[in-house]
Amino acid sequence: MTSDTSSAIGTHPPEPAVSAPTPVIRRSRAAVLRAVLSQTLLSLVALLFLSPIIWMVLSALKPSAEVFTVPPKLFGSRIMFSNFPEAWNYLPFGRFIINTVFVASVGTAITLVASALSGYAFARLNFRFRGGLFVLYLSTLIVPQEVIVIPMFLVMKEIGWVNSYQALILPWAFTAFGTFLLRQFFLTVPKELEEAAKLDGCGHLRILSRIFVPVAAPAFAVLAVFTFIGYWNSFLWPLITVSDTSRMTVPLGLQLFLGQQGQRWELLMAASTIAMVPTVALVLALQKYLVRGIMLSGLGGR
Amino acid sequence: MAILPVDVTEVASTPGGRKRGDGRVAVGFLAPSMLGLLAFTAFPIVASLLLGFFDWPVIGDHAFTGTQNYESLLHSSEFKTAIINTVVFVILYVPLNIVISLGLAVWIGPKIRPRGLYRTIFFIPVVTPVVANAAIFSLILSPNGLIDSLSLTWFGVQAPNFLGSTTWAMPAVVLLSIWQGFGYNMLVFSAALDAVPASLTEAATIDGASPSARFFRIVLPLITPSIFFAVVLTLISSFQVFTQAYVLTGGGPGNATTTMVLYLYEQGFRFFNLGLASAIAWVLFLIILIITIVQFIGQKRWVHYDQ
Repeated sequence: MTSDTSSAIGTHPPEPAVSAPTPVIRRSRAAVLRAVLSQTLLSLVALLFLSPIIWMVLSALKPSAEVFTVPPKLFGSRIMFSNFPEAWNYLPFGRFIINTVFVASVGTAITLVASALSGYAFARLNFRFRGGLFVLYLSTLIVPQEVIVIPMFLVMKEIGWVNSYQALILPWAFTAFGTFLLRQFFLTVPKELEEAAKLDGCGHLRILSRIFVPVAAPAFAVLAVFTFIGYWNSFLWPLITVSDTSRMTVPLGLQLFLGQQGQRWELLMAASTIAMVPTVALVLALQKYLVRGIMLSGLGGR
Repeated sequence: MAILPVDVTEVASTPGGRKRGDGRVAVGFLAPSMLGLLAFTAFPIVASLLLGFFDWPVIGDHAFTGTQNYESLLHSSEFKTAIINTVVFVILYVPLNIVISLGLAVWIGPKIRPRGLYRTIFFIPVVTPVVANAAIFSLILSPNGLIDSLSLTWFGVQAPNFLGSTTWAMPAVVLLSIWQGFGYNMLVFSAALDAVPASLTEAATIDGASPSARFFRIVLPLITPSIFFAVVLTLISSFQVFTQAYVLTGGGPGNATTTMVLYLYEQGFRFFNLGLASAIAWVLFLIILIITIVQFIGQKRWVHYDQ
């Protein structure tokens, strides 16, 4: 019954609102109550969801002997900020971070350039076998990483790239995914935009850099973020190809920590906290674009 | 004067040049990605297929052994266990992931404020390193950890040793994977739900459709393409589960959580039997391929592309 009146109100807001104010208020009160309830419950679910991360930070701030207590305590007898520098120095963690930032940044840069060039070619250039070649590109997406890593490891060993930055960066910098994502976006760029530039005698490289790159900035941003995060968190391939601490990335360093820490859980949690900061900061900074980015990419990151 | 020659050449080059005119430019534009894909994807695929028919240790001589790697997999009870473990993981993980991510995407509807923040919160573990996520869960799930401690405090009962129990280790791996994984699909579904035209649901409301009827009869069919897409990708990635099990349980206790990729890693990089590891990779690839093809065939029955 109430739903009938409310739907009527919903479709003709001004008239019934004036002639019959009571159901409006009752309806909105129930709606408000429901909204408040749903909102409160959701924030509890979100808190429960975040509790592992909260527990990580709390544990990272505890004295060593107080990580495991019954009953559990939010804070130890002292707040040990010193766990962070200690974790940092326990293993060459600064080195791991520099390595990962370097690998992820260079890998992302190469991915963006290579994908922009090929994406442009598939979207705007006319050449033979374009359709077939594009399908071939896409078909590489269905091959699982596990098929590739074994021969790749043998190749790296053969050419002396084991424990090298190249080995961490290059194999994953040429993805059909980037080509596909940018091509889809480039196809939506109106042709008029580039016509003036063509009349001015601009080459394709200039059209790409002066017109397509600025227009497709959101697509580039999405690709950059997913690629960077992919490199940052990558585990199987670094685990296979790197054993030297001087070339280890953050996930490998954490894994080493897990193996070596003995009883030092508070240091491991401090190290985990440090490892999470960059990607979480990236996501928080770009949260406005998250849903749009996923919509845009369709396929998303891997 | 300067413009005229340009015009002339353009007219002259257009008729024959249009179709193949960009060919040379295209070679330059495609060269980086093509060389990269050839070297780092195409070549390894072929090499891996061949490796599967060799006895190929990391150090020492290799020999062609025909289908021996595949035959030994067929008879290996360890590999059988790895397949069963992987299937159990997939069966637990995929439906839970889809239901939770879809449920939360619906819950975080237009009335929730701030929507962006809630979406971001559930997305955070997607982007934090899996090793770090697993480290937290091993702290929480270990004896004397948070769960055990809470259980003792509230109920006076010791919690099971989750990571050391053959019963609980796999659910623990699934729990970690769900926690860190569903945020991605949630955003996929959020994007799809946002794209459902409000006029359709409003029209149904006027026709007297209840909220649940509106959801199941109108909204859900409209977002089936996104659900299909999410199910396909989630299934593919869940068959490849590795890091969570490797870090959290190391495949144990015994081999209770040894998944296919974990078994592949052990054979390839602990026992350095690269031929056998390649064969495992191809079995995995085939399973994924078949399941994906079956889904694409089956989609006609339930995916609506009419919009």
